[in-house]
Order: sequence, then C-alpha cells, then structure tokens
Amino acid sequence: MYIIVVGGGKIGFALTQSLLRNGDEVLCIERNANRHGVISEELGSASFLGDGCEVKVLQEIGAQRADAFIATTGDDEDNLIACQVAKHEFNVSKTIAQINNPQNRELFRILGVDATVNTTEVIMSQIAQEMPTHPLIPVLSLKGTGQELCHVEITSDSTVIGKKVEDIKLPEMSSILLIIDNDRTVRTPSDEVILRSGDEIIAVIRPEDEEQLRGLLTGTSY
Amino acid sequence: MNIIIMGCGRVGSSLASRLDNENHSVTIMDLDSNSFRRLPENFKGTALVGSGTDQSALERAGANNANIFIALTQGDNRNLTAVQIAKHIYGIPRVISRVYDHNRASIFEKLGIETFSSTGIVSNMMHDIISEK
Repeated sequence: MYIIVVGGGKIGFALTQSLLRNGDEVLCIERNANRHGVISEELGSASFLGDGCEVKVLQEIGAQRADAFIATTGDDEDNLIACQVAKHEFNVSKTIAQINNPQNRELFRILGVDATVNTTEVIMSQIAQEMPTHPLIPVLSLKGTGQELCHVEITSDSTVIGKKVEDIKLPEMSSILLIIDNDRTVRTPSDEVILRSGDEIIAVIRPEDEEQLRGLLTGTSY
Repeated sequence: MNIIIMGCGRVGSSLASRLDNENHSVTIMDLDSNSFRRLPENFKGTALVGSGTDQSALERAGANNANIFIALTQGDNRNLTAVQIAKHIYGIPRVISRVYDHNRASIFEKLGIETFSSTGIVSNMMHDIISEK
C-alpha cells in the first residue's frame, strides 16, 4: 500500500513510523522546513518538504496512485482541504482526517472525508473511563447507524436493581449487549438475568438517549 | 439582504462599507478586534470578534438567516472551510471564497463554491496593461 501522511507533528510522525514498520510505502509531508529537518533524520526518504494541500506537491509525490491519504495536522481547515483535494483531484479512495474540534465531525462527513478521528473526543473518552464518578461513557460511535456503544455502571440508587433485563423499559432502538458482573465475569444478557448494583453494562443507544439511559441505570434524575 | 463577511482587512472592510451604504444588513467577522478600525465611523452593520470556521461564532453572526457569505481572510483553507460550513451546515444560498492558489480554486469551483483569485485577477490585468502598449 502507498500511504500519504500530511503533517509531520507528533501524530503524523509516530503514525508514519508505525506504518513503515508494517512494511507499507509511506510518505510524510511536512511544510515547515525546521520540523521537516527533524523528522527527516529519522524518516529519511519517507519524508517530504511541502504543503500537502497544494496540487503541485501532491502531483509530485504521486498522489494519484495513493491507496490512502491521512491528514494529521493540528488545523482542521488544513486537514479538510487536503483530503478534499486528494479525493477530488487525485481520486484517492480512502481519505482520513484528524479532527481537533468535535464540532467539525458532521461537516467532514457531509463533505465526503471517508473517516475521521476526533482527537479531543478520544482523549475525553479515555479520561472519562478512568473517572469513577462518570456514569455513562460513549465508547464508540457506530458509523452510519446514528447509534453508539456506551458503558454504564449501575449505581446503588438505580431503580433497575433487582429487576430482570426483560422488565426494563429501555429507550427505543437501545439494547443491552453485555453485562460485566461485580466479580468481573462478562455475560451476554438473557431476559432472565437480574441486574445488581455495581454491574457494568455495555449498551447500544442513540446519542440523544444518553440522558434517559443514564437516568434509568444510575438513578440520576434527568 | 443579510450578508456575512469573514475577514476585516482592506478588501473586507471596504466591501462591508459599500454594502452597508447600499442598505444591506452586514455582519463582518474578524479574529482581531483591531481590524475593525478599518471600518468607517458611520458603519451601521455589526462587527463581531470570532472565527468564521467556528459554528457558535457563525450562529452569533446570524448564519441561520444569511443570504450571502463571503470569506476574505488570507488563508485559502480557512476561507474554503468557512464557506463550506456556511453552505452545508447553515444552508446559506450564496457563498463566495477568496482563494490565492488557482489550482485549489478550480477544484472547489467544481464542488459548487464560487471563488475568485486576486492573484489571477491582478496578473491578468497587469498582462493586459502591458499587452495594450
């Protein structure tokens, strides 16, 4: 595979190294000459000095034969435009962009960027999972479905404690996929399973129903 | 008409002032409040500190009711991102972007974005002036 990585910052640099270890053909484009000097010591001919949004630069590095194009700069604007140029001028089939402002996810999707990685959300969700007080954590958004996986811990004030799974009225289009017991056994829930305080649940829900599910499982009013 | 202009440089401020004189409702945005000193004292429109690529700032600028959005900052990518937010998120019917790089401009023309390149306009004019001699 030939993969173009735009931006030789911490993420772009580490990504390029990891792709090279996989045995892929990778080229990391960095427009700042000083930074390019630093990364080229390590990356050698896998680095290139230039602006990854410029048609001429992309022509020079053979973007038309790239299998994937990944924009990892700290500027959402640059990442978006680079991916659009790659897609529309060079027909790259897979464009992936780092997003720094969570607001921009919908825009990137509408404009045809194939995949996005929202650094802010990834970090927030990682931190939230480590926070004992955080009752509902979105874990993974399921692309194209309008639904997400979330993680909830049943707290002692929840009204579902002692109830069977089948008796719980979940929000529409939601379902409980896994129950992680107090004793850390993972079970798939049958209708007969009774929920207990301290159980953890992995559920699929629509993001707009987060509040409702949180209220149901953690006793928090909403 | 309700017009939002992003970037209060020389071009942005003089365009805002002209449209304001023609009694359009003009909102001009810039990241730097100092830029608004370029506006005439009798400017009746709104000057708003904020980025045209930030959706909350765009909402404050009235993007939900705007007829035209014009991006005039120095950054091609910033301009192109802002006009695409204006067009696709807020449904503003007419969006126009300054783009210095004419290769990039032609790609986005194909995607339905009106662009103009002062680089191209000025170099053509210069060429015409010289050729006429």
